[in-house]
Amino acid sequence: MANMELQWYHVLIPFLPLTGFIINILLGREVTRYKAHWFAVSSVFGSWLCALATLQDVLAGKIIDADLYTWIISGTFKVGVGFLIDPLTAVMLIVVTTCATLIHIYAIGYMHGDTGYYRFFAYLNLFTFCMLMLVMGNNFLQLYFGWEGVGLCSYFLIGYYFNKKSAADAGKKAFIVNRFGDFGFGIGVFMVFLTFGTLHYADVFANVNSIAGKTVDFLGFNVDLPTLIALLLFCGAVGKSAQIPLHVWLPDAMEGPTPVSALIHAATMVTAGVFLVARCNPIFNLSEIAMNTVAIIGALTMFFAATIAITQNDIKRIIAFSTCSHLGYMFLACGVGAYAAGIFHLYTHAFFKALLFLAAGSVIHAVHTNNIQFMGGLKKYMPITYAVFVIAGLSAGGFPGLSGFFSKDEIIWSAYASHSSVGKFVWILALAGAFFTPFYTFRLIFRTFFGEYRGGLAAEEAATHAHSSSHSSSHDSHSSGHDPHGHGSSSHGSGHDSHGGHGPHESPYIMTVPLMFLAIGAVAAGWVGIPPLLGGGNHFAHFLQPVVGHPEFHATHAEEWGVMILSTTIALIGLGLSAFMYLRKTDLPERISKQFSLLYKILYNKYYVDEFYNLTIVQPTLKLANKILVGFTDAKIIEGIVNGVPNLIGIFSQKLRRLQTGIAHHYAIFMAAGAVFIVALIILLS
Amino acid sequence: MAVPLSWYMLLSLAVFSIGVFGFLSRRNIIIMLMSIELMLNGVNINLIALSHYIQDLRGQILAFFVIAVAAAEAAIGLAIVIAMFRNRATAHVDEIKEMQG
Repeated sequence: MANMELQWYHVLIPFLPLTGFIINILLGREVTRYKAHWFAVSSVFGSWLCALATLQDVLAGKIIDADLYTWIISGTFKVGVGFLIDPLTAVMLIVVTTCATLIHIYAIGYMHGDTGYYRFFAYLNLFTFCMLMLVMGNNFLQLYFGWEGVGLCSYFLIGYYFNKKSAADAGKKAFIVNRFGDFGFGIGVFMVFLTFGTLHYADVFANVNSIAGKTVDFLGFNVDLPTLIALLLFCGAVGKSAQIPLHVWLPDAMEGPTPVSALIHAATMVTAGVFLVARCNPIFNLSEIAMNTVAIIGALTMFFAATIAITQNDIKRIIAFSTCSHLGYMFLACGVGAYAAGIFHLYTHAFFKALLFLAAGSVIHAVHTNNIQFMGGLKKYMPITYAVFVIAGLSAGGFPGLSGFFSKDEIIWSAYASHSSVGKFVWILALAGAFFTPFYTFRLIFRTFFGEYRGGLAAEEAATHAHSSSHSSSHDSHSSGHDPHGHGSSSHGSGHDSHGGHGPHESPYIMTVPLMFLAIGAVAAGWVGIPPLLGGGNHFAHFLQPVVGHPEFHATHAEEWGVMILSTTIALIGLGLSAFMYLRKTDLPERISKQFSLLYKILYNKYYVDEFYNLTIVQPTLKLANKILVGFTDAKIIEGIVNGVPNLIGIFSQKLRRLQTGIAHHYAIFMAAGAVFIVALIILLS
Repeated sequence: MAVPLSWYMLLSLAVFSIGVFGFLSRRNIIIMLMSIELMLNGVNINLIALSHYIQDLRGQILAFFVIAVAAAEAAIGLAIVIAMFRNRATAHVDEIKEMQG
């Protein structure tokens, strides 16, 4: 691998979107307004072109590690703004810029006529900038900068409809839940600096073997140093990538506009955690405990999120849980040492999940509700959306030949064949996930596109009014979960209103064309990683090998065939069962949910995790805040000082003002007495 | 026969003291202004006598300044007194205490 100087197009990748952001945020309200997308889309498209040029450099075997600017110098602490461009970064660059470009274009149609149009594009640009800084950074601090930056943009965009309380709350929730993870991540970065004296990746990873087996005193416990650092860094990844136990923010994040869900909460930002683990693989490799934790957390999240997704009725929430579940797959792969497989899934997932979200956005755009109970029969109204939705669903479900199949199969195979002590355990969960993924995805598709149209928004409103009294307690988290875009028909521009009441219609080309491009990705993106078994070269894994290494498997071809056939069969069973339940025997789901009403309730309420957190963390914190912070610190100490000082001055002045009698003679006497006093002083002292 | 310096100074002291006494004891604002004039002129006598005694003209120059300031003060003071008298129909300072704190 040859080193290479930093070129202008490397620098432009992150800074083009930043320029777009600055233009739109400064001039958006007055100048660019409904032309904001020109700057936003062209800047992101430009950085996509630059990313392609960069990919070519990396494919030619070049690695770039250069500082652009020295950011902080303090004693031995030195951090620069610099770029590390290696195969891992190159993959992320392609994923981020491709998805961002297509989603920006889609958003032109989706956000058409919205009052915050320029603001939306400005934030999307800022997000792209932060995400690119995150993946391109050559040190932990820049990673942290990008990390917090994308979190901030996520907050802005989840709460984009800020005058809607549930959206504003969801934004806060995402930000606060992430804070828990980022706290650990921050300490992890400190630990890296304390241990290695530098935050530069190359220096840290070059010396990483020197800490193997070392222990350190942490909060009074003697713990293994690599395990500690790895787990602290993983804390951040858990928060950002919505893994158990910090997964609760992601479903609520669906309050944001759908392009945001696609870009931030499916394709790019949430994968930052996986990127972090893959980037820090030298540290993780040193600790078996950390690796097993990553694998188990990933596998559990994958399984639980998939089971929740089965019962949900909000189209975007189903896909959100699917995202959780797929992120779990990626962590599972990283945890068994198959980083390349994890990143491969990240890469294919970005395409089919962005496609699922955008197609869902297209559906919401047409029927104005998020609730799949009121969709149905959309196949004949929106053929393009239907086609791409099915492609994305097949890819997500691991249908042979599509992107998702290769990456998911690679993960399941890695779990089976790895030396990890939890490998077999996570393998079984991964197989279970392989059943659930196509099941819930096609449940969604069958409910949305097949059968009869069930009325859209109008039917939903009628239903909520009828049930509002009896169901208010159990539906509280769902009744508010709709994209306000669907409701604000006045914000849709004139072209759509004329269709109101005549049934749904296909979205404009500005929205469907990006869908088609993503569909190509969902089909073909995985072809770069076809395993040797199926006649491919697994180029993807070889490409990443310099960064993440390659796990050694000792298993026969027969086993590999067996695992592949098993997982594919399970996926097809899931698909078939879904078709049976939601196309043939449509009363069956109802009966099953009645039969196992307890299980159904638990799943429907997402294992009551939100309720549990509310009880154990949110309420005590609120009480503490009200009693101590508001009641004592704020009311007594802060207000005491703020009000006490002027009160004291007031009391003192009340006494002092008596001197001002207003009678001229008193002043005269004072003056005379003062003069006598001064003269006496002079005489006595001289 | 030259008048000795001490006489001038005694005269100055007497005039100044009369001024102080008048200022502190009288309630009529006109009388108080006149008392101020007495004090200033007592000081002037002192300045000029000493200036002549030590053969330095600076004392006399200072006396001119004092006279100028006294003239200005009398003009403004009387103007205020007239304005006040028009409003309140009194020149008695004890009856004027709007500025009480």
